[in-house]
Amino acid sequence: MNRSLSTLNIKAGLPYGLGFLVFFFLVCFLINVAIGSVDIPFLAIVSSLFRDASQGIYEQIIWDFRLPKAFTCVLAGAGLGTGGLMMQTFFRNPLAGPDVLGLSSGASLMVAFAVLAQGVLPFGLGSFQPWGVALAATSGATAIFLIVVAASRKVKENSSLLIIGMMVAAFTSSLVSVLQFLSKADDLQAFLIWSLGNVGSTNWNELNVMAVIIGIGLLIALGCVKPLNVWFMGENYAISIGVNVKRARVWIVLAASLMVGTITAFCGPIAFVGLAVPHLVKLLMPQSDHKILLPAVALGGAILLLLCDTLSQLPGSTQILPLNAVTSFIGAPVLIWVVIKSKQRN
Amino acid sequence: MQREAADTCIKTEKLTLGYSNQEKDLLFYELNLCLNGGELVCFMGSNGIGKSTLIRTLAGLQKPLSGGISFPANKSGIELEKWISLVLTDRIITSSMTVYELISFGRYPFLNWKLALANDDKRIIEEAIQATRTESLIHKSVNELSDGQMQLVMIARALAQDTPVILLDEPTAHLDLNNRVEIMRVLRNVAKTMNKAILVATHELDLALQMADILWLATPDKQIEVGTPEDLVLNETLDKIFRLKGFDLKTGKVNHAPFRNREINLIGTGYEFLWTKNALDREGYSIDVLAQIMIEIVYDQNKLEWRITSSSFTKNALSIAEMLDFLAKLPYEPKPFPPPGQVYLSKS
Repeated sequence: MNRSLSTLNIKAGLPYGLGFLVFFFLVCFLINVAIGSVDIPFLAIVSSLFRDASQGIYEQIIWDFRLPKAFTCVLAGAGLGTGGLMMQTFFRNPLAGPDVLGLSSGASLMVAFAVLAQGVLPFGLGSFQPWGVALAATSGATAIFLIVVAASRKVKENSSLLIIGMMVAAFTSSLVSVLQFLSKADDLQAFLIWSLGNVGSTNWNELNVMAVIIGIGLLIALGCVKPLNVWFMGENYAISIGVNVKRARVWIVLAASLMVGTITAFCGPIAFVGLAVPHLVKLLMPQSDHKILLPAVALGGAILLLLCDTLSQLPGSTQILPLNAVTSFIGAPVLIWVVIKSKQRN
Repeated sequence: MQREAADTCIKTEKLTLGYSNQEKDLLFYELNLCLNGGELVCFMGSNGIGKSTLIRTLAGLQKPLSGGISFPANKSGIELEKWISLVLTDRIITSSMTVYELISFGRYPFLNWKLALANDDKRIIEEAIQATRTESLIHKSVNELSDGQMQLVMIARALAQDTPVILLDEPTAHLDLNNRVEIMRVLRNVAKTMNKAILVATHELDLALQMADILWLATPDKQIEVGTPEDLVLNETLDKIFRLKGFDLKTGKVNHAPFRNREINLIGTGYEFLWTKNALDREGYSIDVLAQIMIEIVYDQNKLEWRITSSSFTKNALSIAEMLDFLAKLPYEPKPFPPPGQVYLSKS
């Protein structure tokens, strides 16, 4: 008896899992920077990274295009992954995610207002101000999150919540299409490209804004580890072990909306990453402790988005696929797998 | 009204519960109750009478309509989550979690944001595991557990919280007899050895009668009758509240009417006698030493036999089923069938 307890080591595989993720992350980051429509020799890449001015145009490509894109992937992937994990825990629903529950659509709507409405409405955000767009998108995501939270307290079934999320998304996209119909051709094209998911158009200035906001979101998420860990037991149990459920609810909604909204503002509504990453990470290391899950999912999200972006560059060609085409290609099968798995358990 | 003792862990004063102050929405009216350390209290009442609501209210999850709840033994004023732990009927859904992790959540009120278990925490968790005899389960995934194992694990989790009070809502619902007995034994043991106040809402009248120190009986007039099980049986409070149909509390058995109009003289000892009598009762025979038919339980070299004799025949049956079969085939005069409410009625 004592032996069995003292040798208890549930988390034996853990350092390997996290180590693997970190290693894989670095590899993916380097590959992502190394591959693009212009072939750059490996040594030129390495010396460009150290700002070797003698590399000329290579250095410019790396620092002005590839690195911002790679960092955008990292931030967006980390934010969407943790946002998705928090939502799945929060709704006790393995199918929850920023895009599934309509948060991305809510953010899109607000961005559409900000970008497209300039021609239609007397007000608007004017030029593409990073902070302004982030604020608009976050408020849209928060509004949808609150609607879905209110709905989730009425419906108990997992699938009903998803239907509500889909309908909210349909509602907001109908508003977006009205705006599209009324807007100028130039604005429309900018918005369409944005809505296909795009990590390649952020500059360093926007990256700084993203980094600050995602950093705040991740810190709030880490502060919510205790409530997140016990959330699966339900409100009553959580309160009975001293968790302030009301306060935690506010922080979790805020952190997830902040991250999802900001990412959607700068990269467009990226599909499936938030939904798929928590499942893929849990597959790699079966784990329910958010102290470990949150960083692992952040790493996993960064890895997945770096990979998807690398694939979307179609290595060896000058063509680029829309990012959402690639993330959906990976994410949709994961969704089907999760549905089948959860049906089997019941 | 239960006496207040030095270690009264929860005390209510004029506690009124319900959905609104209207008469029809009231669940309980002005309850004055005490829950003391070292006592196992079984809280009984029909479905929907408000047992869960009272438990949630005592646990501070829900506000009462009026009245107060105090914790006289909590002199240093420690937080509620360190005073009361819960086992609820809420279903728990989890994917990848071991039983040990689930039990360790009991330590959460005592952990800081790093959530690292100190040696003391681990010792308390081990004690909780030992008290519930769940050692063999701790490495399993929570999803693999049976209903009975899950309840034991949830009790272990509550024990790990190491609170003076544990409130349990229907911990034995949907379990088979064996698991029900096991859980009540664990709870009784915990109440006695760790001097905890334990309140169990339950439907199991038979178990409650044998295990509880105190019964709380929810009555239709929105009150709670309190007393030792034996007092409540003998003063017929239980009969009145449950309006028992054919279950004799004083013998602890179901009443069977002797509808077969046939007396049998049963001779034997020990368990064999009791169970044979049980079978004969159930089948509607009455036991009478002056009866024509005699059944003798014969112990012959580890073999058990029922010898049925009368003036006209002798039959050796090797099982109670065979004995009943033989008796049923004897020609007899049936009594008119008894009025409803006397036979074929079980406890529920």
